[in-house]
Amino acid sequence: MEDQTWPETPFYSRRHILALGGGAAAAAILAACGSSSKSSSTTAAPAGTTPSAATTATTPASATTAATGGTTASATTAPAAAAGGTNAAKFGGGGGDGTVKIGFTAPLTGALAGFGEANPFILDAINKLTANGIMLGDKSYKVEITQKDVESNSDTAASRAGELITSGVDLMLAIATPEMINPVADQCEANGVPCLSTLAPWQPYFFGRGGDPAKGFDWTYHFFWGADQLVKVFGDMWQTVDTDKTVGLLCPNDPDGNALADPKTGFPAGVSALGYKLVDPGRFQDLSDDFSAVIGQMKDGGVEIVSGIPIPPDFATFWTQAKQQGFKPKLVTMAKAVLFSSAVEALGDAGDGLASEVWWTPNHPFTSSLTGEKSKDISDKYEASTGKQWTQFVGFVHALFEVCFDVLARAGSTDKKAIADAAAATKLDTVVGPIAYGKNGLPKNISPTSLVGGQWKKTTGGKFPFELLVVSNKQSPEIPTNGTLTPLA
Amino acid sequence: MVWTNAVIQGILLGGLYALFATGLSLSFGVMRLVNLAHGDLAIFAAFMTLSISTTLKINPLVALVIVVPAAFIVGYILQRLIFDRVVGVDPAFQIVATFGLGIVIQNALLEKYTADTQGLNVGKLKTSTIKVNDTIGIGWLPLFTFATAVAVLGSLALFLQHTKLGRAFRATSDDADAARLMGIDIKRVFAVSMALAIATVALAGVLFGSRSSFDPFVGPARLIYAFEAVIIGGLGSLWGTLAGGITLGVAQTIGRQINPQWGELFGHCVFLAVLVLRPTGLFGKVQSR
Repeated sequence: MEDQTWPETPFYSRRHILALGGGAAAAAILAACGSSSKSSSTTAAPAGTTPSAATTATTPASATTAATGGTTASATTAPAAAAGGTNAAKFGGGGGDGTVKIGFTAPLTGALAGFGEANPFILDAINKLTANGIMLGDKSYKVEITQKDVESNSDTAASRAGELITSGVDLMLAIATPEMINPVADQCEANGVPCLSTLAPWQPYFFGRGGDPAKGFDWTYHFFWGADQLVKVFGDMWQTVDTDKTVGLLCPNDPDGNALADPKTGFPAGVSALGYKLVDPGRFQDLSDDFSAVIGQMKDGGVEIVSGIPIPPDFATFWTQAKQQGFKPKLVTMAKAVLFSSAVEALGDAGDGLASEVWWTPNHPFTSSLTGEKSKDISDKYEASTGKQWTQFVGFVHALFEVCFDVLARAGSTDKKAIADAAAATKLDTVVGPIAYGKNGLPKNISPTSLVGGQWKKTTGGKFPFELLVVSNKQSPEIPTNGTLTPLA
Repeated sequence: MVWTNAVIQGILLGGLYALFATGLSLSFGVMRLVNLAHGDLAIFAAFMTLSISTTLKINPLVALVIVVPAAFIVGYILQRLIFDRVVGVDPAFQIVATFGLGIVIQNALLEKYTADTQGLNVGKLKTSTIKVNDTIGIGWLPLFTFATAVAVLGSLALFLQHTKLGRAFRATSDDADAARLMGIDIKRVFAVSMALAIATVALAGVLFGSRSSFDPFVGPARLIYAFEAVIIGGLGSLWGTLAGGITLGVAQTIGRQINPQWGELFGHCVFLAVLVLRPTGLFGKVQSR
């Protein structure tokens, strides 16, 4: 019957039904792999940001480069650079002496595409900045940044990193989630290519790669906050609201959820350290359609604070259903689910008052070492050029390039060993705060960044429907608050 | 009491699953087409609704008046342009064509709407509820979704039983070649059935987008439950599809009541159990051979 247009046997045979069952199984596999397996079939990373800067490098210094030239350090700092210090990168010189190749891996399509959303904006600015080359030592190099889309898939990330390494990059940059960064960092470590990364809590980055705190890694460096800080920041927020001290946990069965539900290092430890009671309904699958059981347990347990780290669609389902089931917690401190203003807007009015972790806001009192812009300047530019509300990624991706060019300048050449040594000695004030690896007893490859607590509040007649205000800064007092935490209505 | 609530929520969730499954049930029933882009088309409709409701400043459910007929036309055109070429040939072609369409839709949505999470703001309906007691609350939106599923499946069943075109559908389903010999324009039957399939899944996508949030990549996860609802309910029976959706929904909520992690597992187990014990499904009209 295989060769016939229409089978002559009755259609609803066991064979057909099993065939459809097979189709369902295939769909199950698709669903299990999430969108990643689908998007991995999309070809060719949009590497459109590649060498335009390099090809136009011979044009006279533009206004941008002239302006930024003024903020840079004098040439005398270059030789003594590897010792670290406040010296910043110096751009210009025409780029006639060689090319420094920078690889950049980021999820631009697939489920994690949101993490790469600020990249076009940042890369545009960086390409303008480096259009006339960069001074490494007393030589001027062209800058060639090749961005590759890792398609929200770890396997793709590993192979894109391999391609970049084969193409001879001098330095690798990687962003967004341990799943996307770790394969890239592992490839770099194995091949002796320096790698700088951010946008993933540092514990799954370091320990997820089998890192030994005593030895560390030789080639790969990472800055971001850690899971321990998250628990502390949320704890601070819980204590400022008058509740019955019962915390309900909303953690899915995924790497982030399991890490934060860990009895020793996650929320349970933080909750009991404060003398609070924990109601943990258990892990649930990502993309669950029904939370009535979880909500029921939280209601029964007298939960007044809900905390966890679900993906945005799951939190939306949970929160809508909580309202339908008459569950009204006084405080919701949610990691990951309400990072983006878009995720909050998707909830409509129900998004008002949700609290989240905050890594960077336009209100952070830091300045870019590359451009001299304040946080607010960068976010304003982002909003003007994209028409969208700022995201926390804008500051961090910008800071990644700050570290990148600072490291290159101090390395003084494209020698990989020199670059790795310079990375280890980094001591730079960036737009997300000071970066220095291996301080305060942390592994030598890790630089933590500040973390504070924020709350989404509805604006009245503002440019955007919600704004994220910093409401709790006990863990990082250098970040000013610009609002107070209010319980949910 | 918590178990009663679990069953009630499961039934209401089942309505949504059934609505997602209706289109698959139709297109597989009539022309043996397995449309892997089904979930992506639902999300596509949700995005269209988002654009229309924000542009015209109307409630997303009002925008359905535009979206559902538009989806009907899209389905008709898709069948004529693409799916007709893969109906009745090696299933591998169907899978590649529909899978490819899904990827095209996802990336087109990504290009237009970025990866941002979106939601459809249906106003008060989203959170208002009928409070039965402290444990049991029945949300108006899930109830509305369930009622919609019953209405849609009911009218489709009536359409198949009592109209001339419906009779052509059934004839084509039973034996396409014989139907063609009897003078039925089976290409038209195919196109109308796909149009109905896409119209119903658009409805499902919008109701899904109202109860949760969505981004361009959540479509494929919708597909599996639709498939399972069709098979549990039994091929060739639209009421069976409703029963299949409800069975799946209740299995999931009961599983979650035992352990939040077991919801999907219970659903899949019920599906496998049906496949093994009663391959024709609960209401399948056909004897197995």
